[in-house]
Amino acid sequence: MTSRLCGTYDVVVVGAGVCGGAIARQLSKYDLRVAILEKCADVSFGVSKANSGIIHAGFHHPTDTLKTKLEIRGNMMFEKLQHELKFPFERVGILVVAFSPEEMETCRNLYLQGCENGVSRLQLLNAAKIRAMEDVLSPDVFGGLYAPTGGIIEPYRYVFALIESATLNGVTLATRWELAQAHRRQGVWELVSTGGETCRTRWVVNAAGLYADKVSGILGAEEFQIVPRKGEEYLLRRGAQGCPRHVLFPVPSHTSKGMLVIPTVEGTVMVGPTAHETDDKCDVSTSASNLRLVFDNAKRMVPAISSRDIITAFAGMRPTVEGQDFFIDISSMASNVVQVAGIQSPGLTASPAIGLYVKDLLKEAGLKLTEKPGFVHDLSASPVVRDLDGQSLAKLIERDRAYGNIVCRCERVSEAQIVEAIRKGHTTLDGIKFYTRAGMGRCQGGFCSYKILRIIQRETHMPIESITKRGPGSEIVLGTLEEEGART
Amino acid sequence: MIERQECDVVVVGGGAAGMAGALACHEQGLRVTVIEREESLGGILLQCIHNGFGLHHFGEELTGPEYALRFRQSVEESGIHVCCRTTAFRLEDKGSYRSVMTCSGEHGVREYRAKAVILSVGCRERNRGNIGIPGTRPAGVFTAGLAQRLTNIDGYIPGRRVVIVGSGDIGLIMARRMTWLGAKVLGVVEIMPTCSGLLRNVVQCLEDFDIPLYLGHVVTKIIGADRVRAVEVGPMRDGEVDTSAVFRLDCDTLLLSVGLVPEHDLAQDAQAEISPDTNGPIVDANWMTSVPGVFACGNGLHVHDLVDDVSHESRLCGLSVADFVRVGGFDNEQLTVNAGTNVKYVMPGKIASGRGCSLSFRSLIECEKATCTLRQGPNILVSKTLRFVRPAEMIRWDITTEKLKGACGEPVELSLGKATNDE
Repeated sequence: MTSRLCGTYDVVVVGAGVCGGAIARQLSKYDLRVAILEKCADVSFGVSKANSGIIHAGFHHPTDTLKTKLEIRGNMMFEKLQHELKFPFERVGILVVAFSPEEMETCRNLYLQGCENGVSRLQLLNAAKIRAMEDVLSPDVFGGLYAPTGGIIEPYRYVFALIESATLNGVTLATRWELAQAHRRQGVWELVSTGGETCRTRWVVNAAGLYADKVSGILGAEEFQIVPRKGEEYLLRRGAQGCPRHVLFPVPSHTSKGMLVIPTVEGTVMVGPTAHETDDKCDVSTSASNLRLVFDNAKRMVPAISSRDIITAFAGMRPTVEGQDFFIDISSMASNVVQVAGIQSPGLTASPAIGLYVKDLLKEAGLKLTEKPGFVHDLSASPVVRDLDGQSLAKLIERDRAYGNIVCRCERVSEAQIVEAIRKGHTTLDGIKFYTRAGMGRCQGGFCSYKILRIIQRETHMPIESITKRGPGSEIVLGTLEEEGART
Repeated sequence: MIERQECDVVVVGGGAAGMAGALACHEQGLRVTVIEREESLGGILLQCIHNGFGLHHFGEELTGPEYALRFRQSVEESGIHVCCRTTAFRLEDKGSYRSVMTCSGEHGVREYRAKAVILSVGCRERNRGNIGIPGTRPAGVFTAGLAQRLTNIDGYIPGRRVVIVGSGDIGLIMARRMTWLGAKVLGVVEIMPTCSGLLRNVVQCLEDFDIPLYLGHVVTKIIGADRVRAVEVGPMRDGEVDTSAVFRLDCDTLLLSVGLVPEHDLAQDAQAEISPDTNGPIVDANWMTSVPGVFACGNGLHVHDLVDDVSHESRLCGLSVADFVRVGGFDNEQLTVNAGTNVKYVMPGKIASGRGCSLSFRSLIECEKATCTLRQGPNILVSKTLRFVRPAEMIRWDITTEKLKGACGEPVELSLGKATNDE
């Protein structure tokens, strides 16, 4: 949802991903004027939409890193957040699977690391125990590590909810607002967009994900480079063979946590990601060789996994900085700038803690925080037709007939849900897909795209040619026969 | 409140199969309800505005909507109960009846309690994810059927410079359709060494418009961040892409016609056995799935080439449903029909012993003068010579009761071979 920016803000957050969302929501608890700027057509369209959706337990990284501190703290915040914000999240637990005594030794080290980090209830398992817990595992498994505090989440739903909550509590969101220039005059930042709009603020939080280096440069702050590390993932259909009960990790390597087999909150299965550094931040292509690599790795843990069950493939980017830890600090070079950069894995897990951490940094730096008496903690839960029994659905349709019109047959999404998404500002096909799951199922939009186009047109009065997949340039249809006929 | 309704048969899906099945049931005196999720009866036929439908069934060449309208008229005149804009979302066998849960804006949630259910739910298109085309994920990648719908019903132009993957019939027809609406079709890319659509479509849709057909080629990459900008195409050599011969086609649209798959969600929901060969439910000689009282026909059972065959099969299915409802079950002895040499699959997988049947099957070979043979052990029950067989064209064989009189007990096997070698 694009709102008009006006006046001078106390804090402007650049980037409406998981970090920007968590920070904006945290700040919306106080008497502050806050805005969040996003260059894409919708929130969560950058790094946050394409990741594994794992809530990590906190045993992968050393104790003294910032990422571990925030990961451990963030992990524990999800029950409360889910209660308030109603996004899909389940603490299904993580299993790290070892295939040899050497790999078991690594699991033992992860166990010790986890204990030192303060992860609760970690457990080392022998072959019999791990197979009893997870019967889809290969018979060759040697043992492993169990982390019951690990979980799964629908990442974009979480970001949507964070930002919905923030805007409900007074934060202004501007999408399609890309930062081009920044000037500081008399203690106030004046930010200028590529479209020539300006936005004045006392503080700037740089949560620009892959482009945090560029934003930092525009602000005249620290010079650093975000190196994208690409990961390709494959989504398998609901009811796919070999769907595990826990998130399955192989034993990690130096650069990556490895390729996982993940039961998603929606009942599908995700396998991946790969890990390759690239120099192109836009390179979200997938390749045939990585498909083989992902499935070879997945099948080693779960032999029943089959590429025949693939619904779709996608690639995401991890924004990494030198040193591999998170870079979250008050800028020492530019006044009133907070850097939130290099938020790769476990950024999703850490995000609620990042919100708190940035709030504390701002407070220490002198921003006056007064709790807002009217802060609304809870979002109301939106009905999800697929999850309802007959009686509840019947009641809902009595209230609003549009719940009875099924638009997406694969994921059973009703017209009412599509309309709700549009009214909340999600007016691209991808935005609606991530918000409602319409088009995310087996037919991948083959049967619902034309219906959704029509609903968008009806609700927004946009011309059909200007409706996009994910923002300008990604138009779905290129013209109408009616106009073509008139021209000839 | 959930409203309950009772009837003899619920037909899920009001396309070609559902309408023919419902009409057959109605003729036999059953109380029929048709559940259709779209605005009106007709199914995918309504977007197939080209002609070539009905040669077998009506003895004349019709467009898709014309074919559908003839059936629709019969359904309307018959007084069969039709519920459009209604989705069936659950199917359960309750022993004495079958429960079908539906929802619609108009009627809310309803439970139909029926003696029998016909699943005539149609098929869906295989998509990009199913065939794993590498590259970016821009707008402008459509399944051919979606593009057909956008063009023929909604009146939109999906693209201006088009590459089509797969030489299935919808792909070929869309090559012509896109050309007619002013787009440039740069080529049809087919992984197999032969075309997988009907020959008449190759001539009428590609050759007549000088559209190149790249046989034995694949799209190796989709290029373009927001909208498709180009695709890379390469030839196959010994099962791998010959990377040295990859070329680029600048286009804004990629249409995929890479196969159809029966929708089996409701069948699976009712715990019917699903065939790994067809992806549809497994049916017996009476077109009944492994769940008693639940029947299947049309493209939701297996994918047909011609709608005429769908109508034929669905009528047989409807008649069988009538038998079931009248008697409350079947007690006829059935023989398994196995796919033998050169046969991909046979539908149905069973025949009633001592009764005529209609078998549909696909060949694994392409040749002129082929003999199909139905054997039981060493005995040839019946055989027939076909002028021409190819994998892309389904073969229908109606066998009379007389020919199958003696057959009982052991499974029978259907095989295909070159006529000269076989006889």
